[in-house]
Amino acid sequence: MMNHHDFQQDPDDDDGVMESLLLHDEPSNPLQPPPNPNPNPKPDHHHPLLPSTQSPKSPTTFNSFLDPPSYAEAIFTSFDSFSSSSSNGTNHSHHHNRNTLTDELPSRSGSGSVSDYLYIFVSDPQKEQETSASLVPGAATTFYTYLITTRTDLPEFGSSTSEFAVRRRFRDVVTLSDRLAESYRGYFVPVRPDKSTVESQVMQKQEFVEQRRAAVEKYLRKLAAHPVIRRSEELRLFLEAKGRLPLQKSTDVASRMLDGAVKLPKQLFGSEVATAGELSEVVQPAKGGRDLLRIFKELKQSVTNDWGGSKPLVVEEDKEFLERKEKLVEFEQQLSGVSQQAESLVKHQQDMGETMGELGLAFVKLTKFETEEAIFDSQRTRASDMRNVATAAVKASRLYRELNTQTIKHLDKLHEYLGTMLAVNNAFADRASALLTVQTLSSELASLNSRIEKLEVASSKIFGGDKSRMRKIEELKEAIRVTENAKTCADREYERIKENNRSELERINKERHDDFLSMLRGFVVNQAGYAEKMAAVWEKLAEETTAYSKEAAEL
Amino acid sequence: MKMSTAPYDLEQQQQHQRSGVAASSQSPRSPSSSTPFLSVSVTDPVKLGNGVQAYISYRVITKTNFPEYQGPEKIVIRRYSDFVWLRDRLFEKYKGIFIPPLPEKSAVGVLKFHMFWFITAEKFRFSAEFIEMRRQALDLFVNRIASHHELQQSEDLRMFLQAEEETMERLRAQETGIFKKPSDLMQIFKDVQSKVSDVVLGKEKPVEESDPDYEKLKHYIFELENHLAEAQKHAYRLVKRHRELGQSLSDFGKAVKLLGASEGNSLGKAFSELGIKSEILSTKLQKEAHQILMNFEEPLKDYVRAVQSIKATIAERANSFRKQCQLAETVKLKEIDLKKMKGKGCIDLKSWQKLSANIMRQLKTESEQATKTFESIVRLMNEEIGRFQEQKTLDMGIAFHEFAKGQARLANDIAGAWRSLLPKLEACSAA
Repeated sequence: MMNHHDFQQDPDDDDGVMESLLLHDEPSNPLQPPPNPNPNPKPDHHHPLLPSTQSPKSPTTFNSFLDPPSYAEAIFTSFDSFSSSSSNGTNHSHHHNRNTLTDELPSRSGSGSVSDYLYIFVSDPQKEQETSASLVPGAATTFYTYLITTRTDLPEFGSSTSEFAVRRRFRDVVTLSDRLAESYRGYFVPVRPDKSTVESQVMQKQEFVEQRRAAVEKYLRKLAAHPVIRRSEELRLFLEAKGRLPLQKSTDVASRMLDGAVKLPKQLFGSEVATAGELSEVVQPAKGGRDLLRIFKELKQSVTNDWGGSKPLVVEEDKEFLERKEKLVEFEQQLSGVSQQAESLVKHQQDMGETMGELGLAFVKLTKFETEEAIFDSQRTRASDMRNVATAAVKASRLYRELNTQTIKHLDKLHEYLGTMLAVNNAFADRASALLTVQTLSSELASLNSRIEKLEVASSKIFGGDKSRMRKIEELKEAIRVTENAKTCADREYERIKENNRSELERINKERHDDFLSMLRGFVVNQAGYAEKMAAVWEKLAEETTAYSKEAAEL
Repeated sequence: MKMSTAPYDLEQQQQHQRSGVAASSQSPRSPSSSTPFLSVSVTDPVKLGNGVQAYISYRVITKTNFPEYQGPEKIVIRRYSDFVWLRDRLFEKYKGIFIPPLPEKSAVGVLKFHMFWFITAEKFRFSAEFIEMRRQALDLFVNRIASHHELQQSEDLRMFLQAEEETMERLRAQETGIFKKPSDLMQIFKDVQSKVSDVVLGKEKPVEESDPDYEKLKHYIFELENHLAEAQKHAYRLVKRHRELGQSLSDFGKAVKLLGASEGNSLGKAFSELGIKSEILSTKLQKEAHQILMNFEEPLKDYVRAVQSIKATIAERANSFRKQCQLAETVKLKEIDLKKMKGKGCIDLKSWQKLSANIMRQLKTESEQATKTFESIVRLMNEEIGRFQEQKTLDMGIAFHEFAKGQARLANDIAGAWRSLLPKLEACSAA
């Protein structure tokens, strides 16, 4: 019997006795969940082979007694799966990779109905040591690695089995994130979890590692849900490549400085012949360390943009984009407000449940007391009434806690979207920086041309030509050629990013509509369902005490 | 509790619930009937005076056919300290009877409880609320006295209900009652409890009854107060939680409405509807909070007060027992004393006999009186405790029923409001 199991967990015997008073006296034992087993995995269950993660420990034994049974979930998850299956018709592969908590894991044999799937699980954190080639000899840094298990039928994954696993550390996640940011400018690339070193000092190690594990899993799943990024080489390598992650880390500042020092004279004098490799650098935003000159020039350009009297030569002209952007900004603001209030709502629902539970417990004690000390029949009657009140309050308390667990899940969508807004802002920043590069190169070209003009005018005044000036003009013409090539590249890049922005905006607008609708529906159904259950509990108590209302009316 | 508009009816309703077993002797709706009845209302709280000396006055309306009373109706103005006077007089005169409890004197104690209410509007509402709660409690107090078969005969009650205000003021000033301050009451409790520790420390011989049933009762009463106080504390917190959740839902609704407005399309409309529903439910939560306060928390508080009143009676019984024992001791000692005096021979036999007889007669009368008083207290308490238990089962039953109804109503309202949104959401997804 499940309840005996619960009692054995109670360190405080008294409370266990208290609850037993409630439960054993009832022939039908309404506090025990019906024997309907929950077919779906528990919400915190990430991997079938893993033990389920602990729910946050509550201080009172009473609360542990009130752990929500799974039967209510069985009733309400039907709503969630209903809404997600109803949207199955649309973006097929996308939805299958939502990895929503009610998704059932496909069997290993691979059901034919699901294809192009990419499921990711993060588990088994382990401590590892790395003897670092650091200043302190023999010092070892410890870090945690996580087992990343992937299950997929996508063709680009070369693995012979549909399921494989690698070990990665958080640093690898950072690398992946950086590489994706570079390769997918303009896309709404999901934002990786924080490094949060401060928190890691404050939290218990266990808690922190678990938090990180969950965050990494969430992040990877978001990547797998993105229609473009899920097919990326970077992600594939991360998930599949055994041993060390074969992605180049962002080069550290020192070496970049060196590179920069070598390249700097070339940039200054603009005499080199542009190579394809160097052209591709134009495609990247100016990075700290190298491209010093480029940074200075782009900074100068952006100042000109902001403060200069003349408009830059190239401006953001896509009105539709600007409108959408503004709308998104407003959306983000409102969303943030709703998210805050949602958090507060959840907290107050939690408090309500707790207080109701404490009230129930107080009545349990009263019941026990009056029963034991009863001399008059009226006391026994009262004890029985109080027991009914206690039962109702305890049940209601449990319902509040379950309600809250579900509410948190639904309203979590809000937080997710706030995360998405970060990705959107990054994508818009990509666009802005690409535009800045184009503007800078335009200005550069304009200034080069005007210098040539001036020189030509000057040299034409000299009879027989001006050898030094002619040489200078040739150099400048060469610089123009290089710059024009670069500008072509930059233009292309800018257009590419613009297009990425546009397609992404369309994608998330559609998704957002569906997501929020399903969230609303889930929230409303949840609230209504639990309210109905609570009404039933209280109606029962009203019925049990109905004698008192009649008596009052009769007098 | 049916809420009817006529205040008279409401008073009647409340009285019906309060009177319990003793109600059968009254039929207040037929003032001209021959069965004796005494019906009282405490109404119309009005703030009088300024600043520090401000106080609340109440209209006390008495409808009766008791011969000693000025019938059929009399209205007087009373203030809280008048009620205290009545309680103290009854406590003194009717030892052994559980005097109905009074609500706490000032709002300060209550304010401390309410300290964490952060919204100014709440505070105002609470103070009007407090006044109303106190009025109800005072009304209950007087009616309980009026329906108690012994207490209703009290001359002090008649004074309270009938005397002119000036007379009342004079009486109040004369009061040399035991309960000048709450601290006096506390002192008595401490005396009762300190007796135990004194015995433990071996300070003095225990002058306590050795009745095991009575010991059990005392233990029961003291324990009961603790349990009830805890239940009442949580009931009060539940009221607060309803208010907080209501506020939270209201804020949530506002934020969701803003989001809906910025979205614009059908989804935006859905959000707006959600926001509106949230605000509606917020109001319902606030209402329910008030209901819980009045119909559930207050009866629990009343129960606690009643138990505290019983503790005062217990203390009184202990006093009386001690007095009885002391006087019995004194009689014995005096007899010995007088014998010694006789033996010493400093007084002639006849004078001694006269003196001795006078002294002993006086002492014996006192001793008998003390014994009678004590025995009367024991007898009355035995009667009272059974009645008390019955009354409390009834009172609590009503409170539980109202609580259940209120919660069920709230839950159904919530379910209804959310369900009504679903068709609108369906319309959105179809679009």
